[in-house]
Amino acid sequence: MATETTGTASACVGPDGSAIGMPQLCADWMPNQIFWLLIALIAIYFVLSRIALPRIATVLAERQGTITNDLAAAEDLKQKAVEAEEAYNKALADARAQAQAIIAQNKADMQAELDKAIAKADAEIAAKAAESEKAISEIRASAVESVEAVAKDTAGAIVAALGGQADDATVAAAVDAQMKG
Amino acid sequence: MATEADGHSEGGLVFHPMDQFIVKPLFGDGAVGMFTFTNVALWLVLAVICVIALMVLGTSKRATVPTRTQSVAELAYGFIYKMVEDVTGKDAVKYFPYIFTLFLFILFSNFLALIPMSFSPTSHIAVTAVLGFGVFIAVTILGFVKNGASFLSLFWVSSAPLALRPVLAIIEIISYFVRPVSHSIRLAGNIMAGHAVLKVFAGFAAITAVAPLAIFGIIGIYALEVLVSFIQAYVFTILTCVYLKDALHPHH
Repeated sequence: MATETTGTASACVGPDGSAIGMPQLCADWMPNQIFWLLIALIAIYFVLSRIALPRIATVLAERQGTITNDLAAAEDLKQKAVEAEEAYNKALADARAQAQAIIAQNKADMQAELDKAIAKADAEIAAKAAESEKAISEIRASAVESVEAVAKDTAGAIVAALGGQADDATVAAAVDAQMKG
Repeated sequence: MATEADGHSEGGLVFHPMDQFIVKPLFGDGAVGMFTFTNVALWLVLAVICVIALMVLGTSKRATVPTRTQSVAELAYGFIYKMVEDVTGKDAVKYFPYIFTLFLFILFSNFLALIPMSFSPTSHIAVTAVLGFGVFIAVTILGFVKNGASFLSLFWVSSAPLALRPVLAIIEIISYFVRPVSHSIRLAGNIMAGHAVLKVFAGFAAITAVAPLAIFGIIGIYALEVLVSFIQAYVFTILTCVYLKDALHPHH
């Protein structure tokens, strides 16, 4: 810029090529600046409004559309996943319920069998106990008879030993009376 | 650019921080007429080419899964679209192409101006004034067309006490007419100041003793300028949205 040393046609540049005052305020140059500025602005405006902005708006709208579609698809897939999970859970619950039912059934069967067996065993035990009872009572009865016989014999012997005379019937009656008393 | 620092007078430092803003014809040595292809024209055309490269060539594949360039283009689109929608309202979306034009033009002009040896069109009042007054005039006409005379209620603050309203109206009117000036000078001033400061640091870089400091200064200011380039484009755009909102919905 400083190479401009020749005399210049403008009043705003000194003979040594440097500016006189502020070049910004040089009225000689303003029409030129304004003219080219307007050209530039009009060019940018038309390029933007005719080509660039509609194109960018379309691209943005398309992208928005794609994103919306993808989101909807994702939502669908998510819904399907949820349904699948529900079906799985349902199957699991069913299986579990079935297993519970089988277990309960088995338990009931086993309980019934067990009850039957216990009842049978109880009956057998009761029968055995009754039999034993009978045997014991027989043994007791026979024991009592034996004690009577022994007591009568002993009483008779004692009476004879003491020198008394007693027939067997009297002794037996006396012993009977004593044993009852 | 550093050639300015060597100066013509021997020994002393000569700064010409404003020389970078000189408009001159690229072909021939004649005067700068209205249609002369100047350095301004070159860098404006380069900005247009960059916009086309990003927004048209970058999106030419129309890919659903975007390439890097396409996603930058979409990011810029979404950024400004959302700004228009949030700041101005849904009914302003039809003005979005022009607002987006302003944003991309200022953004690319600012960033291209950061290339060494380049020219910065947005540092010129003539350029930013056209942008600023363009917005101002368009918004004012739009306000009257959309709202008729009730557009003037913008200046009549109905939420203020009645006694204060005339005073506020005067303040509102002044601030309304200052808008295009601040709107354009903010952009031009920021860019011009940044570039002039860069040039001053570059001038100091010619002195061996302070050269390291000056070079780190250049790096720091350059980083700041990268930030300013974006922020000024953003600020210009969002203020346009705010002014447009006033025109469409003038009632406080």
